[in-house]
Amino acid sequence: MFDILQSIVPTALFYSAPLIFTALGGVFSERSGVVNIGLEGLMVMGAFVGIVFNLTFADVLGAWTPWVSIIAATVVGAIFSIVHAVASITFRSDQTISGVAINMLALGLGVYLTKLWYGKGQTDMVQQPFYTTDIPLLSEIPIIGPIFFQGVYVTSYLAIIIAFIAWYVLYKTSFGLRLRAVGEHPMAADTNGINVYKMRYIGVILSGALGGLGGSVFALTIVSNFSHSTIVGQGFMALAAVIFGKWHPLGAMGAALFFGLAQSLSVVSAGVPLLADVPQVYLLIAPYVLTILALAGFIGRAEAPKASGIPYIKGNR
Amino acid sequence: MANKRLITFLIPIISVILGLIAGAIIMLVSGYNPIVGYTALWNGAFGDSYTIGETVRRTTPYILTGLSIAFAFRSGLFNIGAEGQVIVGWLAAIWVGLAVDAPMIIHLPLAILASVAAGALWSFVPGILKAKLGVHEVIVTIMMNYIALFSANEIIRSVLTDGATTTEPISATASLASPWLQSITFYSRMHYGILIALFAAVIMWFIIERTTLGYELKAVGYNKHASKYAGMNVSKNIVLTMVISGGFAGLAGAMEGLGTYGTISVMSGNINIGFDGIAVALLGANNPFAVVFAAFLFGALKEGAGEMPTGAGVPTELVDIIIALIIFFVASSYIIRWALLRFKKGEK
Repeated sequence: MFDILQSIVPTALFYSAPLIFTALGGVFSERSGVVNIGLEGLMVMGAFVGIVFNLTFADVLGAWTPWVSIIAATVVGAIFSIVHAVASITFRSDQTISGVAINMLALGLGVYLTKLWYGKGQTDMVQQPFYTTDIPLLSEIPIIGPIFFQGVYVTSYLAIIIAFIAWYVLYKTSFGLRLRAVGEHPMAADTNGINVYKMRYIGVILSGALGGLGGSVFALTIVSNFSHSTIVGQGFMALAAVIFGKWHPLGAMGAALFFGLAQSLSVVSAGVPLLADVPQVYLLIAPYVLTILALAGFIGRAEAPKASGIPYIKGNR
Repeated sequence: MANKRLITFLIPIISVILGLIAGAIIMLVSGYNPIVGYTALWNGAFGDSYTIGETVRRTTPYILTGLSIAFAFRSGLFNIGAEGQVIVGWLAAIWVGLAVDAPMIIHLPLAILASVAAGALWSFVPGILKAKLGVHEVIVTIMMNYIALFSANEIIRSVLTDGATTTEPISATASLASPWLQSITFYSRMHYGILIALFAAVIMWFIIERTTLGYELKAVGYNKHASKYAGMNVSKNIVLTMVISGGFAGLAGAMEGLGTYGTISVMSGNINIGFDGIAVALLGANNPFAVVFAAFLFGALKEGAGEMPTGAGVPTELVDIIIALIIFFVASSYIIRWALLRFKKGEK
C-alpha cells in the first residue's frame, strides 16, 4: 500500500500541476464573464515559448533556465491572449468562436515557427528541464514525507500555492469582488463605477498568463520538446476542471488534482493490483464523463457566472 | 436592403482576402517569396487532375461538418462537438462495413445510415441535457469529443482488431470508392461521397426553408421565449436540431471511412475535421450553399498546403494560420457591419 501511494501520489501531482495553472486561468477569465475555449491554444503557446526559450538560453542561464523559461512563457501567453480579449470584448465577436480561432492560431504559429527555426516538425529535447527533488525538511517527516515530498516537482507545489493566492485574490480583495461582479451582472457593476471592459481584459490576460505558465510547465516536466502533439487536449481538460470545480479556484485545483490522479492511474495502473484489471479507457474518459455529470446536476449543480459568454454593450438593457 | 445583403456577401470575401494578405506578410517576414508560395499552393490544389480530385475529396467531409455546425447555429446552438460526432460516425460506418455481409444495395446504405445514427446519438446527449436541464451545449459537446476519441481508440484496439492500430479494409460492398472518378482524376482518392455531401446541402436548405420544422428551428434561434409563447415545443426543437446536426457530422465520418480510407486507425489527438467545420460554417454565414463554397475554399487551402514545403519551402502550417485569421476577421467583422449599418441609418 505504501509503495503504491509512493508511486501514485508524485505522478498525480506532476500531471496535475499544468492543469491547475491553466484551470486557474480559466477561472479568472470566466469569472470576469469571458468564456475561454482557447485555454488549449494558450497552453500550446506556453509550451512552445517555454521550450524554445529553454533551448536558446540554456547555455547562458544554466540551472535557472527552466524557471526563466516559464516566466517567459507566462509573459508571452499574456500577450497572446490579448488577441482573444480584443476580439471578444472590444469587437464583441462570439467568444467561443474566438477561442476556437485562438486554438488554431496557436498550434499553426507554434509548428510554423518550429519548422522555420529548426527546419523540422519538432524541436530537440531541452537540456534543462525541471527535475524531481526532495523538499527540504518536509520530506523527512515519516510516512507523509516519502509519499508527498520526495521525488516531486517543485512546480506542483507552486501550482497549489498559486491556487490559494487566486482564491485570496478572488474572494478576499476588492479587485476580486469587482472581477466577479463584472461576470455576474456587468450592468450593475458598471452603474457602480467599475470599468467592465478593463476588468474583463484583466481576466482574459490573467488566463493567458496562467495558461502559458501551465503549458510551459507541462512541456518542461512531461515531454521536454515541442511538436504538434505536445499539447493534445490538456487545455480542454483544464476547462473541464474549471467547470467541475464550479468556477472556484480551490474547486478547480481539486478537480485538476483529481483529473491528474486519473491520468496518472492510467499510466501506473499496470503495477497496481485491482486497478490493473480496469481497462485504461475508463480512466481516460473519467474526467470528461464526470464533468458532464456535474453539469447535469448529478454531482452537485455547477452554475456558470451569469454573464459568462455575453459581450457587454454599454447602454444596452 | 440591397446594401445589407451586399455587406453580408462582402464580409466573408474581404476576410478571406485579408487572411491571404496576412499570409503573404508572414511569408515575407519569414524570408519566403509569397508569390512562389501561393503559386505552390495553387498548384497543390488545382495543378493537375490528380490534385483537383484530392481537393474534392478533402472538401467532401468539410461540406458535411460545415452543414452540421451551420444547422445548429441556425437554431442558436453551437455544436462544437462535430469532431466527436465525426469520429463515432466513422467508427460506426467501418464497423458495419466489416461486420455485415450483404449485397451492395443493402450494405452501403446500411453503413451510411449507421454513421448518421451514431453522430445523431452522440449529439442527442448534449441536446437532451440542454433541453431538459439547461446545460450549455458547448461544454458538453467538447467533453463528448474526448469521450468519443478515447472510446473509439479502445474499440479499434480491442473489438475491431486484436490490438492493432488500424482495422482491416472494409468489404467492397460498403465502399464509396469510385473507379470511374479515380480514373478521370489520375487515381486520386476522390469518391462518390461528394454527391452525398452536395445532396445533404440541398436537404438542409429544404428543412430550413420549406418545412414547418425549419421555421420553428429558426424561430427558436431568434427568440426562445417568443417561440414558446407562440406554442412551439422549444425543448423538442433543441433536441431535434442537435440530432440532425450530429447526423450531418456523423455522415462526414462515413465519407472518410467508406470513401477515402476504407479503414479507421487509432487517433493520437483531434482529427480537426469538426473544428475546421466551424470555420466553414462561419465563412458560409450558415447558408447551406455558401457552406459548400466555403468548404471548397478550405479544402483547396488545406490540400494546396501539401505542395508548399516542396514547391516553395514554406511550412504547411501557414495555411492553418491563415484559416485562424480568417475566422478572427469574420467573427470580428460584425462590428464593422454594425458600424456600417449605423452609419447608413444616420444618413437618413
